[in-house]
Amino acid sequence: MTDLTDLTIAEAREGLEKKDFSAVELTDAYLGAIEGAKALNAYIVTTPDKAREMAAASDRKLAAGEGRALEGIPLGIKDLFATQGVHTQACSHILNEFKPRYESTVTSNLWADGAVMLGKLNMDEFAMGSSNETSYYGAVVNPWRAKGSNAALVPGGSSGGSAAAVAARICAGATATDTGGSIRQPAALTGTVGIKPTYGRCSRWGVVAFASSLDQAGPIARTVKDAALLLKSMASVDLKDTTSVDRPVPDYAAAVGRPVKGLKIGIPKEYRVDGMAPETETLWQQGIEWLKAEGAEIVDISLPHTHYALPAYYIVAPAEASSNLARYDGVRFGLRVPGNDITDMYEKTRAAGFGAEVKRRVMIGTYVLSAGYYDAYYLKAQKVRTLIKRDFDLAFEAGVDAILTPTTPDAAFEPGAITDPVSMYLQDIFTVTVNMAGLPGISVPAGLNEKGLPLGLQLIGKPFGEETLFQVAQVIENAAGRFQAEKWWA
Amino acid sequence: MSVDTATVKRVARLARIAVTDAEAEKMKGELNAILGFVEQLDEVDVSGVEPMTSAVETTMRKRVDEVTDGDCAEDVVANAPMSDDHFFMVPKVVE
Repeated sequence: MTDLTDLTIAEAREGLEKKDFSAVELTDAYLGAIEGAKALNAYIVTTPDKAREMAAASDRKLAAGEGRALEGIPLGIKDLFATQGVHTQACSHILNEFKPRYESTVTSNLWADGAVMLGKLNMDEFAMGSSNETSYYGAVVNPWRAKGSNAALVPGGSSGGSAAAVAARICAGATATDTGGSIRQPAALTGTVGIKPTYGRCSRWGVVAFASSLDQAGPIARTVKDAALLLKSMASVDLKDTTSVDRPVPDYAAAVGRPVKGLKIGIPKEYRVDGMAPETETLWQQGIEWLKAEGAEIVDISLPHTHYALPAYYIVAPAEASSNLARYDGVRFGLRVPGNDITDMYEKTRAAGFGAEVKRRVMIGTYVLSAGYYDAYYLKAQKVRTLIKRDFDLAFEAGVDAILTPTTPDAAFEPGAITDPVSMYLQDIFTVTVNMAGLPGISVPAGLNEKGLPLGLQLIGKPFGEETLFQVAQVIENAAGRFQAEKWWA
Repeated sequence: MSVDTATVKRVARLARIAVTDAEAEKMKGELNAILGFVEQLDEVDVSGVEPMTSAVETTMRKRVDEVTDGDCAEDVVANAPMSDDHFFMVPKVVE
């Protein structure tokens, strides 16, 4: 028998239904693989007892012929999702020992469909970072290494633990979140598939808030089909999140494999930026050829405000973060550092509890929202956001079904290679526009560069156009093949 | 716009984050780099443009104004660094 951890979610579901193996055996295979992959630092907490208990319950359901959509599928959960009674700290020291008494809606949905929790995954602190280097629990190591090199590489961020765990096959799939690119950028850097759905598709309830008008949950998986299966379970309308949207969740997996003949794919000229690796450019062209060969129509489009998405994001996101993170004051949960009076306690607690990047963003947010600056910064950025969204609206009105771009300018880099905050922010240059406009975006592995490192292509869809994204992404997956890191960690 | 060390300290005070002089000095450079980066927005003409308030055109869902949750004081204080009899405990605020 092949190693159970090699199976995709779709394959594992089939094997479980046919009783080729049990859910407990599948879970044990993953728990064993996690033990052997400590060098990656992808998990910060594992929950083996809970996992085996959930798997045993899945076996009972399967025996009774009542297997649900994700019955017995072992998943890793980003530390941003509240999991009842289990470590939930957004990988920050300020949430020291926080164990929520409630479960996030997204994870509740997954458990209600029979999925099994393996543990909590590492991430950038409060989802602020593009390399997973800002975690209180240390950096995550990318399972991928350059050919002939032993040097560690970053997995991207903020969902670096999720992406690394999926790439290393130490979970069948993972939950992740994306505020400016935090699902798609790490997916691209690890050869995995990641989708950020339309804003409002997944409930934000029980997800530690970063920037509420941008945050969305989504899955990272090994294949397009697996991502479709996971998103189907994660998405829902939720009375506890008024921004969650009340519309039926389609059968995304049914869209996988649909022909793309006649679909109009837009290629935005503004995404040809300085500093883009030549290989990224080549791969983008390759993606165009693949879609053309399947009968898609390629059209050149213009999204003239693309250039302003990142600066506008660095006003909107820190502003909202500074408000959201005001709750961490040493009173209701997490860390408390004693002080001479209550203000001193707040200040010392937040100084000790937040890392450098979080402090920077809270400071920027506080500054741009401070008296006299609101109109010049936040309001202006929200107006620019309208213009960014309008660019996309016009393209879609002209008949474009989806937009093809690279996911990132280049492949994975070494830890410590980018120390300047603004340079790090440029990691999200192709992904952030999608959050600003509230659109869905998927990253799908498209090839390896000459160092043997994965690169991804991004597809951007219309609001609630996730099915089209899965449909087109599958064509890229079929043409490019799947990519697996060579195992060096065990 | 750029900030000086005094402004950094004022903002840190507003944000309730204690900073040393050395930290404020370091932050000054970093914040100015970010503020310099976002200055690009000055090139954009936004006259007559409405600010975006929601990513997807929707009317806010409303619900009946009734109690849907509660009776869980134990859960609410369970993660507090200090609590007593379902109250959060803080240093003395009123003399």
